Amino acid sequence: MRLSDIDWSKPLPAREGARQIQFREALREAMSEEMRRDDRVFLMGEEVAYYNGAYKVSQGMLDEFGPQRIIDAPISENGFAGLAVGAAMYGLRPIIEFMSWSFSLVAADQILNNVPKMLYMSGGQWGCPVVFRGNDGAGGQLGSTHSWCVEGLYSNVPGLKIAIPSCAYDAKGLLKTSIVDDDPVFFLESERMLSDKGHVPEAEYYIPFGKAALRHEGDDCTLVSFGRPVNFCLDAAAELEKDGIRVDVLDMRTVRPLDTESIVRSLKKTGRVVVVDQCWPFASVASEVITQVCERAFDYLDHQPLRVNSDDVPAPYAKNLEAEFLPHKGKIIEAVKKAVGRL
Amino acid sequence: MMSTLPSASGSPHAPTPSQPADITQITSSKVHMGANGAPKREPGRQRPSAALPNETLLRWLRDMILIREFENRCAQAYQQAKIGGFCHLYIGQEALAVGTIGCLNHDDPIVTAYRDHGHALARGMSPRACMAEMFGRLAGCAKGKGGSMHMFDKPNWMFGGHGIVGAQTPLGAGLAFAAKYEVEVMRRTVDGGPARRKVALCYLGDGALNQGALHEAMNLAGLWDLPVIYIVENNRYSMGTAIERGTTMAHDLTAKAAAYGIEGVRIDGMDILNIYDQFKPLVDRCREQSRPAFVDLLTYRYQGHSMSDPQKYRKKEEVETVRQRDSIELLSQHLMAERRCLSESRLQEMIDECKAAAMDALTFAETAPAPEAAAELYSDVYVNPQPGLSPLREYHQGAKNPLL
Ligand SMILES: Cc1ncc(C[n+]2csc(CCOP(=O)(O)OP(=O)(O)O)c2C)c(N)n1
Ligand SMILES: [Mg+2]
Repeated sequence: MRLSDIDWSKPLPAREGARQIQFREALREAMSEEMRRDDRVFLMGEEVAYYNGAYKVSQGMLDEFGPQRIIDAPISENGFAGLAVGAAMYGLRPIIEFMSWSFSLVAADQILNNVPKMLYMSGGQWGCPVVFRGNDGAGGQLGSTHSWCVEGLYSNVPGLKIAIPSCAYDAKGLLKTSIVDDDPVFFLESERMLSDKGHVPEAEYYIPFGKAALRHEGDDCTLVSFGRPVNFCLDAAAELEKDGIRVDVLDMRTVRPLDTESIVRSLKKTGRVVVVDQCWPFASVASEVITQVCERAFDYLDHQPLRVNSDDVPAPYAKNLEAEFLPHKGKIIEAVKKAVGRL
Repeated sequence: MMSTLPSASGSPHAPTPSQPADITQITSSKVHMGANGAPKREPGRQRPSAALPNETLLRWLRDMILIREFENRCAQAYQQAKIGGFCHLYIGQEALAVGTIGCLNHDDPIVTAYRDHGHALARGMSPRACMAEMFGRLAGCAKGKGGSMHMFDKPNWMFGGHGIVGAQTPLGAGLAFAAKYEVEVMRRTVDGGPARRKVALCYLGDGALNQGALHEAMNLAGLWDLPVIYIVENNRYSMGTAIERGTTMAHDLTAKAAAYGIEGVRIDGMDILNIYDQFKPLVDRCREQSRPAFVDLLTYRYQGHSMSDPQKYRKKEEVETVRQRDSIELLSQHLMAERRCLSESRLQEMIDECKAAAMDALTFAETAPAPEAAAELYSDVYVNPQPGLSPLREYHQGAKNPLL
């Protein structure tokens, strides 16, 4: 299966349905389906095999695919990320699990210097079709070293694609697309969502990159988000509705590519935009979205664009501090009210 | 023993060498030692290289001369500012690339660091594509997007030229992993052909011995029985740092590999026949047994680290001493005196041919067109470009790579 073989005109299966499974099971389903189809695909990472996954994403996969395709790597992120680069250039399709994207920082040279640049540096001879995936963002009182949100850092680098699902349905469809894409994909999950249940069709489906999903509709303001904070936006939207404020909630699904078209379309209707992003604010994805909005739709703005990020401090440990640090519902509601002049 | 902190005189910026490199291993023809210090040549037993036909040795000689002449032209072009960036020459080390690559099958993958022109040419890249790359031309092996440090050649199984010291070492493990995966899991090649056992060569400088990447990669290779051979191109210096000042166990680097359960050997790299004698059986063993190996290959670079190196850290006499056992001279002497398959005049012809080939590459590169920004700046970033990837412009497919 190649990206170009997918019939994108075919409608996606229904989002609602009886088959409720966990986010982690959706990820597992995506990997297993692609591994059954294509024996070049293998999964490597710390504890993915005999431990059944540090977060049980790969549970049972060792039994089905065996230790030559579900491979426990020692704690050597730079080593096995680089091994994946060599294997991918050679012609395999590695899926590399980082226990947490926080730990990808020790593999920075491989994933930022080699992965995204190989195609360019080799003048088009070799791409690097690796999927790197794992937990991103605050996991729940893990402190600063373990709570990295890497999309702000990594989306700066050309050559990468970055997908950030917010629900189980998208997790499956986006991960399948990531695996068949010939370009490297950074796939950002959240430990806090792995147990979330949602409808996931049993059928195979691929969700295109660069196509936002409208999760909630309203005329007053556009909320733009991706990953876990989409769920904070939906909570905020429900509450805002009680005050008679109706918002569009756009789930970007991928930040690179970024579906600016959908943002602009919604903005033309609402005149207001608030970007909700789990990264720190400085030079973040939110900054990028706002810049693009200003470049492309400045005349449609009735209020300056606003952003809700994590607070600009290292991620704290204390439960109350961490809760406050995140781009939570309260901050979102406040920003929307400011944008619509109701504060 | 008390550890010593680097003193002012031992700093890389010291005007005089505080501890010159130990070059005795490559200046004496007597030293052909294995890891355990035992002489490798058993009396009465024929050297493997003795079975090589004259044509093979003559071809190697020509390859070595070509590399040297090519590098001389690079130096000239660099001094004239026609080549930009960093440029690291291979002069002095020719026997190493030619000899080790001479032990491989065509489809055994290799990967190396930034001192990579020699490997590219030894692997069969045309001097034109190699020189054009350094001139930043579309006809270069990477369409002018890589430069001197980033030579890639897919048809010749050369997976780069890598500019970050040590970064290529996990890739070497990955190439071996993939080759093994073809045989053991897929039972066919990634292109659908019949799979066969391969060996990957991963070259690194002695400076890369101190990078974590190498140690992670060696651990993985040892752990998973990956058929990769780590070849330390031990030219005694990493920039101005003599090996003894940068790494522990400089007198026996194979100890580092032993820690990962990897067989290590030390090989004199100035005598290409000796390289073959020791390296070929190692390649065969790694291929058959699917095991990694580590080679401390003793060599020397005659020029500075890069084109801008005044070489204050070593004495002229040291370079002169090593040059007495020049690899090209050793091989031509052998072919003339022992094999008697080479005459002075034929040697001169060969040198002239190589000079002409290097000159041809230079003239080609000088007149070849540069990549056009409109067509090439935004190509080769994504295999599958799509809208929304950049706020500035859409990416697109570029011109076909000249090597493909
Ligand atoms: C990670 C990294 N640090 C520093 C450099 C700068 N640098 C380039 S070459 C070099 C010396 C390496 O020497 P060695 O590995 O012995 O290779 P040689 O030049 O002798 O072939 C240094 C420090 C680099 N390219 N990458
Ligand atoms: Mg060196």
